[in-house]
Amino acid sequence: MTALAPTARLPRLDHAGRVKFHRILLSEWTKLRSVRSTKWSLGVGFLLTIAFPVLFAVVTRTHWGSMSPQDRADRHPLDIALAGVNVAQLAIAVLGVLLISAEYSTGSIRSTFTAVPKRLPVLWAKLIDYAAVSLALIVPAVLISFFASQAILHNIGQLQISFSDPGVARSVIGGAIYVMLVGIFALSMGAIVRNTAGGIAAFAAIFFVLPPLMFVLPTSWNNAISQYLPSEAGRQLFALQHAPHTLTPLAGGLIFAAYCAAAIVIAAVLLVRRDV
Amino acid sequence: MIEARELTKDYGAKRAVDGLSFTVQPGVVTGFLGPNGSGKSTTMRLILGLDAPTRGDVTVNGRHYRDHAAPLHEVGALLEARSVHTGRSAYNHLLALAQTHGIPKRRVAELIDLVGLHEVARKRTGQFSLGMGQRLGIAQALLGDPKTVMLDEPVNGLDPEGIHWIRNLLKGLAAEGRTVFVSSHLMSEMALTADHLIVVGRGRLIADTSVDDFVARASQKVVVVRSPELQRLRETLAGPGVSFEPAERGAVEVHGLTAEQVGDRAAEAGIALHELTPQQASLEEAFMNLTRDELEFASEMEEAAA
Repeated sequence: MTALAPTARLPRLDHAGRVKFHRILLSEWTKLRSVRSTKWSLGVGFLLTIAFPVLFAVVTRTHWGSMSPQDRADRHPLDIALAGVNVAQLAIAVLGVLLISAEYSTGSIRSTFTAVPKRLPVLWAKLIDYAAVSLALIVPAVLISFFASQAILHNIGQLQISFSDPGVARSVIGGAIYVMLVGIFALSMGAIVRNTAGGIAAFAAIFFVLPPLMFVLPTSWNNAISQYLPSEAGRQLFALQHAPHTLTPLAGGLIFAAYCAAAIVIAAVLLVRRDV
Repeated sequence: MIEARELTKDYGAKRAVDGLSFTVQPGVVTGFLGPNGSGKSTTMRLILGLDAPTRGDVTVNGRHYRDHAAPLHEVGALLEARSVHTGRSAYNHLLALAQTHGIPKRRVAELIDLVGLHEVARKRTGQFSLGMGQRLGIAQALLGDPKTVMLDEPVNGLDPEGIHWIRNLLKGLAAEGRTVFVSSHLMSEMALTADHLIVVGRGRLIADTSVDDFVARASQKVVVVRSPELQRLRETLAGPGVSFEPAERGAVEVHGLTAEQVGDRAAEAGIALHELTPQQASLEEAFMNLTRDELEFASEMEEAAA
């Protein structure tokens, strides 16, 4: 700590600006990039999105000679290329919760809402910044993992697909959009629960606990209900094949987006009403 | 200028602020005085719109805080509770706040220099001592060159140099015509810094007065008297509301009468006085007297209600 300025006079600020939305976007971007958890979560998310497809492609290639015809028929190159999406979503979800829950646990939310007392623009800015960052990160990651896994599998004709084949480009980009929406959903959970552990638990319950529970139901019920769960509906964005009891990519994507919108609305209402 | 009207805040069954009405004027340092838990921090959160009042209303410079287009230029606040992300550097914390108003980076650097945090500005604030955190909070409060400065317990954790510095700063800010509102539970600190006092106890207004009047009002009815005819003097002065306490070197403290009353009655009775001293209570004592009355009043009310 250095000495205090000898004169206890406050220098004047020549230019007085107002709060504008683009300024809040910039402020939230500064906050996003200036904590370690961002670099870790995004770095891990990016690497896992690529690492799992590469790993699975290498394993498939080395074992191809000893695999049964049935086994070989079960391999699908897109499943390999997008294997990382399932793992990356966890890193993106945890960071999404943290982006707002850490403001409450550290108390910095009081500074934030003192600068922007209307509050809602802060939520919009956080959502937009995070959606942009996660998309900018995961789109290249899924493209790299698609072409890398295809390159590794180049001598297995049965597992070769083209990016221009029907549904392939949609699945690959759909995987990135799915991860982005997961981030938005998780951020809203964090804003509703205002607690890191609680936000992550709420997310995990909806995405990882609820779907397997559905198997306790009779099959006809399970098939009727499961397709409308957030995780199952969202998954159709990057699924190449669709069973009779799953939604189309567009319908699934829209339903997942609707869940996100509902979570955002609840978060927004609570944000305005609650004391901080 | 801060104007509170019948400001009331309940947390569940507990009433933290109870019908507070006051005005904080520009150009002077106004002390916000009360024991811990008397509702000072809650009042400041209500002023900033962080908490919503149960009843009543408070405005800053004529508007609700949230309705200002550039809130950081209107009010600069240091809140008692920590309000900084521990994983972020002091520089980035201030920068993010500055960016919401388009305040330039050089202003952030200027404030960091002003409070003497230059060497640690890039360190994560989780490693800061209480005093460093307090300096960062002061830099944050002054970032927007605000018309109103509101500081909750600013000397907490500061070293003597820092305390001296902030006293001068606050007086300077008031002299420039700004509204300066500073809370403390330390009377001695307020005596040195404040011109005007708003005193609260249990969320209620106890006094809204100048520091000089506050002391005078609380201490005017204690007089130290010495006389060779002490027994006759006591008989002469005795009456409802008058009591005596022995003081040092054979003197007696007369409670419930002014020095003028004691002197006049002694003269009428022909009693010689060797000393007649109105007691100037310290701000500390004045405060204790006032809040003790308030606490007693409150517990009587509770007993009556039970």
